[in-house]
Amino acid sequence: MAEDGIEARFSGRLGEFRLDVAFTAPARGITGLFGPSGCGKTTLLRCLAGLTRMDGRLSLGGEVWQDAREFVPPHRRHAAYVFQDADLFSHLSVRGNLEFGLRRAGTQAATGLDEVVALLSLEGLLARSTAKLSGGERQRVAIGRALLSQPRLLLLDEPLAGLDAAAKAEILPYLERLHDTLAIPVIHVSHDLAEIARLADQLIVMKAGRVVASGPCKAGVVGGGATEDVRAMLEAQEPDVVTGLALAALMAGLAPVGSSPAFPTSLVPPRSPRLA
Amino acid sequence: MSDLAEVVLLTLKLAGLTTLILLVLATPLAWWLARSKGWWSEVVAAVTALPIVLPPTVLGFYLLIALGPKSPLMYLLAPLGVRTLAFTFAGLVIGSVIYSLPFAVQPIRNAFAAMGERPLEAAATLRASPLDAFFSVALPLARPGLLTAAILVFAHTIGEFGVVLMIGGGIPGQTKVVSIEIYQLVEALDWGRAHLLAAGLVAFAFAVMLFTFLMERRFGRMRP
Repeated sequence: MAEDGIEARFSGRLGEFRLDVAFTAPARGITGLFGPSGCGKTTLLRCLAGLTRMDGRLSLGGEVWQDAREFVPPHRRHAAYVFQDADLFSHLSVRGNLEFGLRRAGTQAATGLDEVVALLSLEGLLARSTAKLSGGERQRVAIGRALLSQPRLLLLDEPLAGLDAAAKAEILPYLERLHDTLAIPVIHVSHDLAEIARLADQLIVMKAGRVVASGPCKAGVVGGGATEDVRAMLEAQEPDVVTGLALAALMAGLAPVGSSPAFPTSLVPPRSPRLA
Repeated sequence: MSDLAEVVLLTLKLAGLTTLILLVLATPLAWWLARSKGWWSEVVAAVTALPIVLPPTVLGFYLLIALGPKSPLMYLLAPLGVRTLAFTFAGLVIGSVIYSLPFAVQPIRNAFAAMGERPLEAAATLRASPLDAFFSVALPLARPGLLTAAILVFAHTIGEFGVVLMIGGGIPGQTKVVSIEIYQLVEALDWGRAHLLAAGLVAFAFAVMLFTFLMERRFGRMRP
């Protein structure tokens, strides 16, 4: 799995904070990166993109992006990053934003503008100024912009965290569609377990700068290796009943059946087998 | 009347040239100042801000020495056939550039600092090299700052008196600008023509400030 996927190991300090992580992720599918605020999720994501530099080693599909001798700068990594607040270029229209990465990807562009516009339903937005978009629309454009740069790795930094419930509901189906069409690894950072349960194939749980558990979602969080410590942390983070139940199912490796009215089945959908 | 036109044209030429040179010089300097984390960048910032607090005569005095025939600078320029820049138009341009430097650096630096690191990081993850990101993202986002800098420098250069008096001397067709001409017309008790030039400058200053505020309103509304 590590051969053609991501192999990462980082350690370093940022002020008081200390990051010390190692993990692998498959070459396809969504890896959920979960943990409480301040646990180092975003720092880890920035290390993967090359925006923050710490000691360590990183390779994707056998190609080394960082080791003791080498550090590939962000613009040569082809790791697209969707920031929490979208960060669209305000001096460009929606179309200008979408084409920013596309124009720089050269002739090797396999994903076209029309394709992404259709995937994310951006038809009506193309000529608009970025200032006139809703939060959900901004995130859709940011995701489209990232996809059009023809990335080899897609990093999503809490893309839904700044959105209200309605906007979240608007974006989630697009992320699910992404999951089914993308042939690259996706790292999806979130502190919302329900969101991760719905999207991710694999889960990495972080706490205080360390990976405390990881494993495929379907088989339970850590394949039976979940410690009481992790269990307590996850439950403390997500106190509401529905996600608590989702968590329990996740950890037990059970896909829930729709028998209980308190438990929406959509929370933990059966994964498509080709991506598992 | 034609000598008044000559004075006005020379003044516009000086201000235009100074603005052009300063935009090219101050932009990379402001970029560095906005992004440098070392304390010594503040030393450089303080030096570039000196003309704001120094009396123009002090600046003009040192410029006169630096551009005069006995300065080390002229020694370096001697092989090119330049013996002095004092009391020449080129000297006036150099003096104006130094005098107006802070008015160009400050707004551009603020614009670069205000946009933060994020747009450049986004550009990098979208395959833009640092140089590419500077031209395709940082400069367009700093447009309001660049415009403010251009307006301030142009207007400030037109209004300067002390420095041009010290290093220019008021030679007709070469270094005699509007502010010097007004002074000399008043000395010669030619109040009518002094009025004409002075009223013209007031109208010009008002137009510049109005334009600036209107542009700021427009850019302000464009921001999300």
